[in-house]
Amino acid sequence: MTEETYAIAVTVNGVVYHRSVPGRRLLSDFLRHDLELTGTHVGCEHGVCGACTVLVDGEPMRSCLMFAVSAPGHEITTVEGLGNTPEAMNPVQQAFIECHGLQCGFCTPGFLTTITAYLRDHPDPTSAEAREAISGNLCRCTGYQNIVKAVLRAAEIAREAPAAASTSGGASA
Amino acid sequence: MKPGPFVYHRPLSVQEALSVLTDVGHEGKILAGGQSLIPILNMRLASPSHLVDINRVPGLDEVTVSSEAVRVGALVRHRQLERDTGAYAANPLLRQALHCVAHPAIRNRGTTVGSIAHADAAGEMPSVAVLTEAVMEIRGPSGVREVAADDFFEGALETCLDHDEILEAVRFGRFPEGTGTAFLESARRHGDYALAGVAAAVTVTDGTIVSARASFVSVTEVPTRLDLTEAVAGQEPGAVDWSVIDDLVQEHISPEADIHATADYRRVLAGELTRRALAQAVTR
Ligand SMILES: Cc1cc2nc3c(=O)[nH]c(=O)nc-3n(C[C@H](O)[C@H](O)[C@H](O)COP(=O)(O)OP(=O)(O)OC[C@H]3O[C@@H](n4cnc5c(N)ncnc54)[C@H](O)[C@@H]3O)c2cc1C
Ligand code: FES
Ligand code: FES
Repeated sequence: MTEETYAIAVTVNGVVYHRSVPGRRLLSDFLRHDLELTGTHVGCEHGVCGACTVLVDGEPMRSCLMFAVSAPGHEITTVEGLGNTPEAMNPVQQAFIECHGLQCGFCTPGFLTTITAYLRDHPDPTSAEAREAISGNLCRCTGYQNIVKAVLRAAEIAREAPAAASTSGGASA
Repeated sequence: MKPGPFVYHRPLSVQEALSVLTDVGHEGKILAGGQSLIPILNMRLASPSHLVDINRVPGLDEVTVSSEAVRVGALVRHRQLERDTGAYAANPLLRQALHCVAHPAIRNRGTTVGSIAHADAAGEMPSVAVLTEAVMEIRGPSGVREVAADDFFEGALETCLDHDEILEAVRFGRFPEGTGTAFLESARRHGDYALAGVAAAVTVTDGTIVSARASFVSVTEVPTRLDLTEAVAGQEPGAVDWSVIDDLVQEHISPEADIHATADYRRVLAGELTRRALAQAVTR
């Protein structure tokens, strides 16, 4: 028996992608395999590690706990959509570099998306709030101290240059 | 770690969802936020051959406050209810408990009604449902039936919902004037499932306690309400020795051991949390 597929149009980082996928295709796999946007990482596939976190209509969600067929009608932003060139880095990416907020980098895309959305809603967090903001993301390398520092530094950068804090727009393809 | 194959249905009305559920029989599963169901599918603990995604059904995402209840539709996300100022004013316990449900990224997608339909005794909102004497609005092929929270939960992950029924909304009750509430839990990490948790409500009239009740997370098999009124009625809220409720709590709960904590530890924790929650509730 061949598996039924569904034609879908999904907006990722401002670009509309048309693909045909089985119902069980996770959004995380859709991004990585079908769209070859491999910035989104996959760790646990049951919602615990946060590596796969993307923004759905601006709000962080686990892409491993959503099906691609549920994504049409939503704007998906992945780490590639945060301003992914050395010239146009998002404040959170900039802060991660300055504060040494990553080592192997596996967890980083999930932290970047989560923190970007958090700082939009809470532009001036305390250190305790920064900790709570990242409590849903696991990192096996850094020990978190530098990630907490990066959250606070990113808030500072965003305040200094508010214009740079937005995510990129896009075309249709 | 990938789900088995299934046929995906995306009904655009409750009626359409119900007719699909009737057609596919026991092979169908409702998909709401997917924050409990998709992990189960990914781990292949279940492989339903039909998924009925209700996320496109209009009208299910509303929070309505009336004089008796806060009515929460099937597609209201935990986060939406947590932020709803009307719901908070009508029953602060909702926000107090929702703050402890998972991490924000999970709350952004998971629904409150879905967590009640899922009926995990480690979930916060089933416990809030019994404490507030919530009413379940269940729609099936022959119309709507209303079931009290006390009769809804039947066992671990088991409810009285039939395979062809939708939990369309939950009406959380409001407490009488003079009631303070608190929600406390202890987890290894904020946002994880609690080792033990308690929801408490204490009503004070003319300076004395007239009623007190509590419900629990992770230490009872099904969420149930414990009435503590007899132990503390007539006392002044500021002068109560809350340890008088200890024996009642210990008789009521039946915690189990797992890799996170022993049963005995959970007993001690539940007792302490209940005392603190009651003391906190009277200050609100
Ligand atoms: C990492 C992680 C941590 C979590 N931590 C917590 C926690 O600390 N506390 C907690 O309470 N929860 C926790 N959750 C679960 C979360 O709260 C879920 O959102 C919730 O349990 C289920 O809601 P849902 O909308 O996602 O339902 P789904 O996953 O879509 O469905 C769950 C079940 O309910 C059924 N169902 C859903 N909606 C209806 C309906 N309207 N009518 C009939 N049946 C329905 C489905 O068929 C399915 O069987 C966690 C989840 C994850 C992934
Ligand atoms: S891969 Fe999605 S949360 Fe771990
Ligand atoms: S940098 Fe290696 S897991 Fe976080």
